[in-house]
Formats: sequence, structure tokens, C-alpha cells
Amino acid sequence: MAYGPKVIDHYEHPRNVGNFGTTADVKTRKDIGVGVVGAPECGDVMQIQIKVDPATGKIDDAKFKCFGCGSAIASSSLATEWIKGMSVDEALQIKNTDIVEELSLPPVKIHCSVLAEDAIRSAISDYKKKNGIAEAKSSQTAAH
Amino acid sequence: MLKLPIYLDHAATTPCDPRVVEAMLPYFTEKFGNAGSRNHKFGWEAEAGIDKAREQAASLIGANEKEIIFTSGSTEGNNLAIKGAAEMYEKKPAGSPGGGRGHIITAIHEHKAVLDPCKRLQKEGFDVTFLEPPRDGVITAEAVKAAMRDDTILVTLMWANNELGTINEVPEIGKLCKSRSVLLHTDATQWVGKMPTNVERDNIDLLTWSGHKVYGPKGVGALYVRRRNPRVRLVAQIEGGGQERGYRSGTQNVTGIVGFGAACELCMREMDADGARLLKLRQKMETELTKALDVTQINGHQDRRLPHILNISFGFVEGEGLMMAIKEIACSSGSACTSASLEPSYVLKALGIGDDLAHSSLRLSMGRWTTDEQVDYAIAKITEAVKKLRVLSPLYDMHMEGIDINTIQWAAH
Repeated sequence: MAYGPKVIDHYEHPRNVGNFGTTADVKTRKDIGVGVVGAPECGDVMQIQIKVDPATGKIDDAKFKCFGCGSAIASSSLATEWIKGMSVDEALQIKNTDIVEELSLPPVKIHCSVLAEDAIRSAISDYKKKNGIAEAKSSQTAAH
Repeated sequence: MLKLPIYLDHAATTPCDPRVVEAMLPYFTEKFGNAGSRNHKFGWEAEAGIDKAREQAASLIGANEKEIIFTSGSTEGNNLAIKGAAEMYEKKPAGSPGGGRGHIITAIHEHKAVLDPCKRLQKEGFDVTFLEPPRDGVITAEAVKAAMRDDTILVTLMWANNELGTINEVPEIGKLCKSRSVLLHTDATQWVGKMPTNVERDNIDLLTWSGHKVYGPKGVGALYVRRRNPRVRLVAQIEGGGQERGYRSGTQNVTGIVGFGAACELCMREMDADGARLLKLRQKMETELTKALDVTQINGHQDRRLPHILNISFGFVEGEGLMMAIKEIACSSGSACTSASLEPSYVLKALGIGDDLAHSSLRLSMGRWTTDEQVDYAIAKITEAVKKLRVLSPLYDMHMEGIDINTIQWAAH
């Protein structure tokens, strides 16, 4: 299938690749939130890690890793680019449709954007849990 | 200078050999006749072209020319062989209460052009056994023997698998079927033209192959139907003017058939040299890739494989993402990220290969014009791409940290 230019750009020059330490390290760090979504059987696993400044509640830095197709890699790369500098609550406002629009994803690739939204939510939820912050009850889950 | 992209998808289709095109050309224009026109030169010329092609096709598989039925390709050939034989040799007529029309044996990793006709017959009252292959993908005569019943009428198994290149024990299965008086059909689309074939020696009753896999044109193929010992009969699936001994009505595709014949003759002459050369290239690819990259596995039996097909999985790297990184190399992936179901290759799954490794697979298939230089380029490019994607892969990190990804509870989505 043909990919759009923005997908190709993110795929060839992924932003913010990496993590803030080993799985064991980040588990114990309160300023880090980790979200791992998807499954190897489905051909997509996305990991987003956020580093939050406890004083401001802003996402100082974000990293991603992705096992998946070009659209999945681009969606997670774009997600980290967007959430850097946002507060955690702002980051929760990002919708998968925003990613679809920005990357011009075709219908068969919409699940990649859903995963990216889920990964952001999951990372934030991990951060909140570690810090004893109650999660908003109305947090909606994207339809799969 | 290396011309890009490089074509390593010959199991999907092959380019038409220029010598084949040359043989076909007169049949588009001056020899355009309908082979069914018995009363003038135009018809006779077309008929002569078909007669020659029938001999060329027959000689490639050790058959008599009267045993060759021209079709539109392997899908049609498989449909005619399987449905045609089932309907002819049924134990009870259609509509009999409780089914019991006869038993058919096939395997779950056959091509859809075999599986779907078998499933259709199952709905129509036949019993079908779908054999499950062992991890190496090879269906043995022993496995077929164990599945045979008193009412078995047909065994249909491919000679070599299209995704893996693995080779079933067809001559041994032929011997078994012969001893039980059960018909054997083999979809030999990937095999014929690449490997020596003799339907007499190997006890094949029905054999399908296709023009575009043997450096001939698309839209033409052949079905071998044994005429002696036993004389096999089929119920025609396409009815009309009675061409091809009534088995396949419709004005013959003279141009295509002439090309098919020419392609068969070239294969006959060149398959040994092509095969030996491609085997070396395949082995080089396997050695170099497994040396350069860890957690890499060659799928299917290690020895019983066609010389030109390599199916390889690179752990922790997703196939479609990988193909994007090697867009200069035209090949296939067992990953099906684009399909709505997100299901990876059913053939790889049939071998018990985990979904994660199935998603991580590439099928590289070489052909008559594949060069050393192209293979070297592919090895370097694939190695670079896998390394790049592993830097991105959270699964590779987990692997390096000693976490077994199979023990993780993944959320379904």
C-alpha cells in the first residue's frame, strides 16, 4: 500500500525513540509513566513513556518504541512529539482522529491511531497511579 | 549498475521470458484463428499451435499430450480437478440425506484455490479431512495413510508450498494412493518447471500448474488428467462448446496456450541449471542473514524445500514495517497488518509458528534472472533494516532484558 508523506517522514526519521531506563528501572520511578499497548499476535505493540515534572505537572519528555507497520511507528512517533510540553490532562485530550487526520491514515490503518491514543492514556494512567492521583471517571475508551 | 527495485517475489508471479513472448506474437495477428474452425487455414494454424503446446506441456511432466487440458490457470485447474473428480466418483448422489458422498483428504496449509473447493464439497455432503502439518510443514505418506478411510475417493495435496517452498512426500503419497485405488490430485503450481516431474513414475492422477509461474503468460494453465491405469474422468465445471475434450468449454486462448507451451519447453531445458544456481543463492542468503542477525528463523523444513523460496522470520520486527524499510526489494510478508482481521499467514500458523514470528516473516523468492549482485544487495538491505527496526522495537528490548514476551499478559484489541 502507498503511505502518505508524513507517515514516511516519521517512519524514516522517528522522533523520540527510546526509553528512560530498563523495564525494572522505570517501574520504580515515580516521575515516569509507562504505557504498553497492543499485542505481538496482532502485529502491533506500542510503548510510550512520559517523564513528568512533579512541580508543574507537565510532560517534560516522552519516548516511544514500536513493533508494528509504518503507520503504527508514525502514529507513536507523532504522539510523543505532540505530548511533550503538555500537561497530563491536556495530553488526555488527544484523540485518535487527530492522528488520523495529521498523518492522512487510510481506513485500514485507523487501529494504529487508536493504539497511539491508548498508549498515551495508559502512560498517563501509570503515572497517576504511581503518584496517587485519582483518574477522571469520565475518561472514555476509544472504540476498537 | 544495479537496477532498483529488485524483484524477489517469483513465487507470486514470474516475468514472461522474451523467448516466450516471441513465440506468442504471431498468434495475436496473422495466426489469429479460432482453433475450433476446422474448415480453413486460420483455424488449422491455431490448432497446430495448440497441438505443439500440448506436446511441450505434456513432455515437461512425463505425460501424453492427450492427457493435457488447458485452463485459465491453477485456480481453475484445481476447481476442475477437485470438484470434477468428487462429483464423478461420489459414493452417493447429491442431496442424499446425511451426506456420506465420499471422503477427501487435503491439508490446512494448502492454497485457497484448493481449500475453498474442498469446503464447498464439504457443504455439499462430502467428508473432508484437513491434515495438520508438523512443524516442518511436510505432509508425509504416513499422515495420509492414517487419514484414509474405506470411502476415501480423492487426496489433494500440493507438491510444494507457495509460502514456504516445503516439499510434500508426493511420490510416496502417489504410491500409497495407487495401492488403495484412491485418486491423487496435486497442485504443482510452485513445483512444475522448477523440479523434474514425472506423473507416471510418481503415480499422479491429476496435476495442476500455471503459465505465469514458469516464465509464461498469465491467464493460462494446464490440468493433467490421467488416461490410462486408471482412466480418470471428471465432471466438467464449465459447459459449452466442448473444447478440451469436453472438460473445459470455451474458445481456446491460443496465444496464451502457445506461450505456455514455449515456457514449458524452456523450463525443461533450463530448470537444472536454474535450480542449482538459485539453490546456492538461497543458501547464501540464509547463511548471511542468520549470521548477521540474532533471533532469526527459517520457516519450514530445512532441507525439503524448493531451491528458490526462502521464508524467514526476524523476531521482534513486524513484517509490513520491515517491507517499508526495504522498499527497493519486492517481496512478500506473512504479516497481514493491512487486512481487517489482523490475522497473520494461516500457512505459518498451521506450522505452529507463533503469531509474533508469523508477523515477522518475509518470503523471498528468486527466479531465472536473479543475480548474485541482487542477492548481495538484498542481504545488506534487510540486515540494515532489521537492525534499525530492532532499535525501535519494545519487544527486542524486553528480549535483551531477559523478559519472555510469551509470559506477558497482552491486552486483546
